[in-house]
Amino acid sequence: MMRYPSTLAAGLIAILGIGQASAEEHAPNPPRQKWSFAGVFGKFDEAQLQRGFQVYKEVCSNCHSMKLVRFRNLAEEGGPGFSAAQVKALAETYQVKEENDKGEVVDRPGRAADGFPPMYPNEKAAAAAHGGKAPPDFSVLAKARTYERGFPAFVFDALPLTGYSEQGVDYIHALLNGYGDAPEGKEVPDGVYYNKYYPQGQVIAMPPPISDGAVTYPKNDKGEPVVPETTDQYAKDVAAFMAWAAEPHMMARKALGFQVILFLILLSGLLYYVKKQIWKPLGGEVHGLQPELHKTF
Amino acid sequence: MANTSATTAGAQDQDGSRRDFLFLATGAAVAVGGAFAAWPFVSSMRPDAATIAAGAPLDVDLAPITDGQIVNVFWRGKLIFVRKLTEKEVKDMKAIPVSELSDPAPFDARVKSGHDQWLVVYGNCTHLGCVPIGHQGNFEGWACPCHGSQFDAVGRVRRGPAPINLPIPPYTFASDTKVRIGEEGGKAAA
Amino acid sequence: MSAHATSIYVPKSRIAKWFESRLPLVGLVHSSFIAYPVPRNLNYFWTFGAILSAFLGIQIVTGVWLAMHYEPSAGAAFESVEHIMRDVNYGWLLRYMHANGASMFFLAVYVHIFRALYYGSYKAPREVLYLLGVIIYLLMMATAFLGYTLPWGQMSFWGATVITNILAAIPIVGDSIQSLLWGGYSVGNPTINRFFSLHYLLPWMIAGVVVLHVWALHVTGQNNPAGIPIKSSKDAVPFTPYATVKDAFATVAFMIIFAWFVFYQPNYLGHADNYVPANASVTPAHIVPEWYFLPFYAILRAVPDKLGGVILMFGAVIILAFAPWLDTSRVRSTNYRPVYKVFFWVFVVNAILLGWLGAKPPEGGYVIVGRICTVYYFAHFLLVMPLCGLFETPKALPGSILETVTGPGQQGWDGRQGGQPQDPDKGIPDWAMPDAVKRS
Repeated sequence: MMRYPSTLAAGLIAILGIGQASAEEHAPNPPRQKWSFAGVFGKFDEAQLQRGFQVYKEVCSNCHSMKLVRFRNLAEEGGPGFSAAQVKALAETYQVKEENDKGEVVDRPGRAADGFPPMYPNEKAAAAAHGGKAPPDFSVLAKARTYERGFPAFVFDALPLTGYSEQGVDYIHALLNGYGDAPEGKEVPDGVYYNKYYPQGQVIAMPPPISDGAVTYPKNDKGEPVVPETTDQYAKDVAAFMAWAAEPHMMARKALGFQVILFLILLSGLLYYVKKQIWKPLGGEVHGLQPELHKTF
Repeated sequence: MANTSATTAGAQDQDGSRRDFLFLATGAAVAVGGAFAAWPFVSSMRPDAATIAAGAPLDVDLAPITDGQIVNVFWRGKLIFVRKLTEKEVKDMKAIPVSELSDPAPFDARVKSGHDQWLVVYGNCTHLGCVPIGHQGNFEGWACPCHGSQFDAVGRVRRGPAPINLPIPPYTFASDTKVRIGEEGGKAAA
Repeated sequence: MSAHATSIYVPKSRIAKWFESRLPLVGLVHSSFIAYPVPRNLNYFWTFGAILSAFLGIQIVTGVWLAMHYEPSAGAAFESVEHIMRDVNYGWLLRYMHANGASMFFLAVYVHIFRALYYGSYKAPREVLYLLGVIIYLLMMATAFLGYTLPWGQMSFWGATVITNILAAIPIVGDSIQSLLWGGYSVGNPTINRFFSLHYLLPWMIAGVVVLHVWALHVTGQNNPAGIPIKSSKDAVPFTPYATVKDAFATVAFMIIFAWFVFYQPNYLGHADNYVPANASVTPAHIVPEWYFLPFYAILRAVPDKLGGVILMFGAVIILAFAPWLDTSRVRSTNYRPVYKVFFWVFVVNAILLGWLGAKPPEGGYVIVGRICTVYYFAHFLLVMPLCGLFETPKALPGSILETVTGPGQQGWDGRQGGQPQDPDKGIPDWAMPDAVKRS
């Protein structure tokens, strides 16, 4: 339905010779990655989420808060799969501010119910420490970032089999890999960095946050890291972790959805035959959306 | 002719029973689906994950509490009195015969063994939930301002409309100077 | 609804008789949803009324439940929505149902509206029925807008800012209206608080107007694909079970699409920017409304003048209300109008095109195409509708509704029973006839 009018409009626009703003201002679309959690049967990879959390903890969390995620979430079903004891131990390594009986704000060791304590006391302090703009909070960032896919891709993105809802993680992964030398003739002001995938003028205030070997991953039996310790792998892992942080019940959602849709298909099938049976004594209903169109007079 | 109509009737019967089954199956599917659809709504009204997590066991430091002092703490939104009994109160309470009580409970059942001085009870009157005022009334304990119930120093009801003693929350001594409210026998309260 | 005193609900038990003589509620339900005569040639476009009722119910129920967990304040709204998504049992399900339910509601209402326009359901004697429908649509738009502000993300905040600024364009009273909506000097905490209150109120008003809409429907009877009235008992079937079961099937089938979005594409119809908390100092790069408002947004932007754009945008909705009097055709159904049929589909394409343009940045060619489409939108109502009816020669209408189902010369439904003749008047009882038919 959408195809024809849009093609028509695109054609019309082409004829009129006025297109979108020049392409060079636009960042390229992030390359699509394979994600274990994409698709109808998508599931988070526990080991990947744990590695992603490690990257967040060791690197990203120096600037980025994650206010909506609680320590206990790390042990909840459908997440990184830490044990309750691990979470308790982890929480205790953080100091959480609390008001005591005398009204003083004091530090106490974190509990599972606490959120990750932010690096800065408030948004203004975070902004002041980062040249006027606070680093975005990580909690729902994977859902808060996307990129335009344009027509007709956006239609297929909504459909079964061709569905695509990982724009946010693809963008995050691309952004972390998008640093490099600016192309010839591209002015990069002081204090900002060229990043191919950053949508606003391809210059970003965040310095390249991570490099190959920056995080030491767990080793396997042979003493080698389970996955390569590269920027690309770090980016994938932390993006996957952020996908979970933004949508901690994704696995439950997809699992329930499968059952619900199966049930609805079954029920609509039953109702269809009930309808047929009921209309039978009347000689049946003429099928098709507009029965009268199928009749010749 | 009779034969034909018999066959037709048989076919109709078969048709009819198949139809009955179809209707029944559909009705059952609608009923089951409806019940399942209602569940998320009911479930969403149960305490949520944040509330449950915030209801984890609570440690109370006993060191700053002096003899005779009653400290208010909140666990799961409920008021709890932590009271350090004086030597005299302990002696008086132990002396009361259980038969005199409307809700009989010996002293030993009101405190943890080996910690005679420490009383931990819920702080709402068992009548209608008002907060009794400490060190008032005739029994060295509490008096409720709403309807006049009185409790003794270990929270046993002694007078007034309150039906039972102040209940004791699950708690355990983590050390001699620390109680952990919400945990008993090494297990967190449900 | 008393028009169908024909319904033969006879209370049997003594209790039922006692109750019915004091409040004839069961009789009312019986005459409205059981005995009510339905044209037997209705196609699946006529199931959208039931689908819409289902979605009104879903929105109200999920909304009431969400309100148990949501906090309407500028400081807490965003986090409370995330609290629902993360901590409340099945909170994610309730919220995704509510958010996507709004989209499905509009999808269904657009099918419903275009069906009315195609089959001339707005024409006499159904003008009031149709006008009530337009009022429901307006209330839906207001409710959806108010609801979209509640998560207090960037799109919520800037959507509220843009729309309230639109209202400020109204001469003389505009500023006062804006100030009353804001409750301050800008969109802020008082705004979200009252928007929540109104968002909770309006659905009940929709439900009220829906009752009137259904009442009006049951007075005039349903239109049908042939656009001709019920003339004999053979033209109609009783609502229950024939229409009930068909509506149930269509509703459940539609729920599959709904479930797909809720469980697998829950954020597809929303905007990523709304997962960024509201920030009064940064406007999102592309500020666009929800998809169901896009055609009107395109019309707003097609006009270079603020007041002019606002007038045209509201006019685009209001003009729907004049369709009964702008359409001069004697024939209702577009099936029998060869010329208008072409114009109708051009209008549909034009509306979709406007929707697409609404999502595009207001620059260059998009603006020009947007203007052309806007002009055509209004021309359809102001020129095509009146003129087409005057100059077009419609095709011959069928003799009866029954004929459209069975073909002319047939004996009726019994003719299709393969040698099992039945009494043609059996099966559809006389009480299933509307008053108009019985009087004639």
